[in-house]
Formats: sequence, C-alpha cells, structure tokens
Amino acid sequence: MSNLQHPALSEIFNRDEDRVNWHDDTLWWIRAKRDKAAQGISEWELLRETASQIKNNVLSNLHQYLEEFEKNALANGIKVHWAADAAEHNKIVHGLLAAKGITQMVKSKSMLTEECHLNDYLEQKGIDVIDSDLGERIVQLAKEPPSHIVLPCIHKKKEEIGQIFHENLGTEAGVSDPQVLTETARIHLRETFLTRRSALTGVNFAVAETGEFVVCTNEGNADMGAHLADIHIASMGIEKLIPKKKHLGVFLRLLTRSATGQPITTYSSHFKKPRKGQEMHIVLVDNGRSVQLGRESFRNSLKCIRCGACMNTCPVYRRSGGHSYHNAIAGPIGAILAPNLDMKKYSDLPFASTLCGSCTNVCPVKIDIHDQLYKWRQVIVKEGNSPAAKTMAMKVMNFTLASPTRFKLAGKIGRWTLKHAGFTVNNGLNPWYKHREMPEPPKESFSEWYKKNNP
Amino acid sequence: MRVGLFVPCYVDQFYPNAAIATLKLLRKLGVDVYYPQNQTCCGQPMANSGYEHLTKDCDRLFIDNFAEFDYIVSPSGSCVLHVKDHLHDEQKEQQATHIRKRVYELVEFLTDVLKVDKITASFPHKVGLHQSCHGQRGLHLSSMTELVDTPFSKPMQLLNQVEGLEIIQLTRPDECCGFGGTFCVAEEAVSAKMGKDRVEDHLMNGAEYITAADMSCLMHMEGILKRKNSKVKVLHIAEILNAEKEALSE
Repeated sequence: MSNLQHPALSEIFNRDEDRVNWHDDTLWWIRAKRDKAAQGISEWELLRETASQIKNNVLSNLHQYLEEFEKNALANGIKVHWAADAAEHNKIVHGLLAAKGITQMVKSKSMLTEECHLNDYLEQKGIDVIDSDLGERIVQLAKEPPSHIVLPCIHKKKEEIGQIFHENLGTEAGVSDPQVLTETARIHLRETFLTRRSALTGVNFAVAETGEFVVCTNEGNADMGAHLADIHIASMGIEKLIPKKKHLGVFLRLLTRSATGQPITTYSSHFKKPRKGQEMHIVLVDNGRSVQLGRESFRNSLKCIRCGACMNTCPVYRRSGGHSYHNAIAGPIGAILAPNLDMKKYSDLPFASTLCGSCTNVCPVKIDIHDQLYKWRQVIVKEGNSPAAKTMAMKVMNFTLASPTRFKLAGKIGRWTLKHAGFTVNNGLNPWYKHREMPEPPKESFSEWYKKNNP
Repeated sequence: MRVGLFVPCYVDQFYPNAAIATLKLLRKLGVDVYYPQNQTCCGQPMANSGYEHLTKDCDRLFIDNFAEFDYIVSPSGSCVLHVKDHLHDEQKEQQATHIRKRVYELVEFLTDVLKVDKITASFPHKVGLHQSCHGQRGLHLSSMTELVDTPFSKPMQLLNQVEGLEIIQLTRPDECCGFGGTFCVAEEAVSAKMGKDRVEDHLMNGAEYITAADMSCLMHMEGILKRKNSKVKVLHIAEILNAEKEALSE
C-alpha cells in the first residue's frame, strides 16, 4: 500500500460521495441494530462493567493466567507455542506445516494473522492459504486487506463482488444476486474444506481454568476447517484470556450484540482437545502487547474483544473507510493500538477523530478509547512525530493566546482581514473554505461591546 | 454568589451575540455576573492537537482571571470540558482545583445550580437541537443513544419552556458535526462531509433554526448552510432562551 496518511486516503475515499453515503448508511444500520440489541437487555451497562472488570483482572495477572492456561492446555493434549513477535509466529506456523509436508491450508477469520501478515509470508514459502470466512475470501480474491475486523468486505458493493467472482470463480459476468454468489462461494469452499489437511483459526476467548479456547463465527467455517483437518493451529494474542469458563456467560452475551446486533454468534465453538489422530496447536503471540501492557495510559486497550462496535459508530470511520487507516485494525480501536507498534508510521491515526466519544460509549469492555486518542496525541508530539509546520503554528498560537493584548490585536486584525480582504482566506489554500463559508466578522468583539456597555 | 463569565476566544471574536445573550440571560435570572477582561482562551485548540505542554500560559491566565469566583459559567460545553479535565498549575493547583470543580456550561448551570423552571422567552419557530459531543458525552448534558439509560436532556428541558418553540426530531439525534477543532482543517474531507450530513438531517426534518450549547459546532454547520445558500440559521441556545417577544418582528 502507499505511504499516504489518513487525511489523504480519506480525501480519495470522499471523491465518490454516493459511495460514502452508502458506506455510512450500511454501517449506521449495524450500529442501530446494536442499539436495539443492547436496549433489549436491562442489565446491559452492568454487563459492560463486569466484562471490563474481568478483563482488568486478566491484564493485572496476565502472567499467571498464561501459565495456568498453558498447563491446562498441555494436559488436554494441545501443543502450546510462544511467539514474541509476528515473525516468530509466522515461522512457528510454517514450521508446523513444513514438518508434515503440507502445502495447502484453510484459514478462518483471524485478525492476528492479518496483523502478522501471515498470508504473504506463507505464500512466499510456497504455501497456498485460502480464507474461509466469506468476507475475507472476497477481499483475498480482490488482493486487498480487510477494511473492518468483523465485516472484512463491507467496503465492497454486491456488483463488485459479482465481478470478483466472475474473474476468480467463474460465475457469469454481471451476476450480483447475493443468493447466487453465496452458493458459488459455498461450493468453492466445500471443496477447500474437504481437501485441506491443515486449518488455522483465530481465538476469541481462551479459558485459563480449563485450557480450552472458543472461536466465534457466523458461518461455521472455523468448525468446517478444524474438524476436517489433520492439524489445527489456533493463533491468539496473549490478551485473549479469561479466567474461568463461567465468564463466557458475560462475554458471549456482549460480543455479537455489540458487533452486529445478533443475540449470539451462530457458532460459538469450544476446542478443548484434539480428536484421535489430530494435532492441535496453539500459538500465543505477544507482538507488542507486553509493551502496551507497560504503557499505563494505554494498557487497557488490551481489553478489546474485537467486536468492531467502535468502527460502526465512528462518524469518521463510516466516512473514510477502513483502508484509510492503513493498518490491519482500522477505526478508533486501531488508532489506539497501532501507534504502539510503530509510532511514526501511525502518528496520523490518533488525529483521525473529533474526540466525540461515541466509541467509548459502545465499547462492550469499556475501553476509554477517545481519552486514549487524546493521550496518544500528546505522546506523538512529545516524541517528535509531529510536522514542524504544525509545531510552529501551535507555538504562534500559544504566543498570541498567552497575552490578552496580543490576543485582542490578533482578533482585530483577523476580523478586519475577513471583512476587507476576504480573498486572502476565501481561497483554495484555506482547507476550511473548500466546502464551507467563513464566519461573518462582527462589527465588534464581545469584549469591545462589554467595555462600551458595562463601564 | 459571584459568577465569572468565561467567553471562549472564537465566541468573543466571531459570535459576540451568543456571549451577550448569555450575559443578559444570567442577569435576567438575577445572577451577579462579571466578565474578567484579561481572559483569552482555555488552551483547548493546542491541547487537542497534542500540544497540551504548551498550554501552561493559558492555564495560568485562566486561573488569574477566574479563581476569585464562586462559579465560572460559559456558553460552550467543549471549552468547559477542557477546563474541567485539564486545567492544572503547579504553583496554583489549589485555585486550579477550585475552578475545575466550579466551572459550568451555561445549560447545566441553569438546570442544576439555578434550577430554572420558568424561562420567559418566546421563539415560535421549528428548531433542531444539535447535541454537541463534548457537552453531551463529556458533561452529560443529556442521555446518549449508545447507553442503556433513562432518557433526559438538559437543553431540551430549557427549550421546552420557551413559548412557541417547536423541536424537530432528527434521524440521528446525537451524531458529531465533524468540527473537532483543528480536525476541521487537518481532516478537511471527512470533516466537511460530516458537517454536510449533519446539516442535511436538520433540513430534511424541517428545521428553521439549528441550535446547540456549543458555538463551534454551529460555526461549522453555518459554514455549510451558507455555502448551500440555505435560509436556515444557527443560533446559540442562549440567544433562544433570551429571545423576547418584541424581537420577533425583526
């Protein structure tokens, strides 16, 4: 992808206003479904608070829960691997496949493998990966990354999907009937499930107490892959733990209501031990998470259960599209996670927000997302990742505002300029003016009025 | 009770009528209100841009202007929220704390401190209420559509007391207008689109006026309305709460 940052990528997205409207409406519809689902549960806010506290406990005792989980998983016959970063994760997965001479793998949705760029890595090693989540399969065929963590191809219209299927799966040109397209994908994926000897899944929740893990899908594709394969690899970030099985009663109620407004995911599949003759592996991945855990202001971003509610509600995300965030995880949560991985590269993301706070309100585990966006801005500037021109402008602003005399003079000059030399601001160099008129300068400021009328 | 009137910098310079209405309204309600003349800005534009460390001079000036008052009242939820959350001063922390606890946005000052239950204003128009995010989600001026909560709205509580005023229903009652301080220029494309969409909701539902407890959102929407050559106008909520009958013929 290009080196363009969020403002430029959003500007490109906004050149097609009808498309922006369609994208915004589609995601707003999901946000509205989420509201309805939440309103249906009188103890919703208590559930959020409970989930938040459970996750806080996990983050405060992560080392213990990880060891407990490993011990119980090993006892269940699952092989446990530890990966410090993305490279190590990819190497472990490839090693497991190579040891068995496997060159084809089916994968259900896992944002962690997107974060690690596993598909690219395996492709280079000559391993063919097929994503089995329908949305993810579509973006894989289109050679694009997902634009949303729950709805990977939400940026594609059905006509475009029809075209992709025509080019890749042999459907007739011009077919965009969702029924026909889904049927085509189903047949194509059936064949994949039946012939792949290895399956990789993500993990939604790993239970320390029992050593089992839970994978949530609406399509049952994780089960289809895992149950038919000789080797099941599950990749999980180390923050995905919950202490006890009973806590699933809290998280499973919150997850899909927040994500899509459904009362529960169609399939919440528990994997505890390999079936006879099958190998089951779990790869525990850090990849910057322990660094984030050490950042006091940002640690609780690790509570995230990847529901995507903050994206659906975000007025900026809805009008800029997931790809404008140029990161595996887009939207408000992506904007507070990404700078931890590479502060310079993602220094634009915490600024891609009006700090409206809607993300924080929908978050099922009560991450203070918009406050963290504000805090990241301070860190990014302090560490020298802000453009020099902006720093200069801010220093001038401070110089002006620090003195009542200078402020009054600057105000006077500003208002005079607007009134008598409007051309200096009403032009293409002023980003405000592109779509908006400047305010009409009043005869006098309030303080001038006050002086006259309140001696 | 001595009240200090905090007029945000851009309101002082561009929207004096909002500040005048605030002052007159408070006086009408019998409040002993003063305007400290050396005030400038709360520092929010710099802080929200990541330059909170540059706001020390603004903080000091703010404290020097307002520490003496029992309450500090301002016609801007956003600026009040900034002061509440971020005003500090190593040498004058006690005064800073006093201000943070005593700073009120105008609407909440009227409903929570003065407990106003009778406004003598008349404004026979269809009005769309824009819920400014910082006032709503930051100061809790009203319930929020994301939360499972008992519905309430402090601005609505006051507007409902205005004679003749008709509130229109919005399709999205609490979506951001896209102003966002420096966001409006740094992220021009998304900001302008958010503004257009917000304005459209009001227009579609028949607003003659758009009001809010924050002038910055209204400035943004006004810029869009004017570009569209729309007849719909923006007015700060203080101007409506202070609207006299005789002024209607204007």
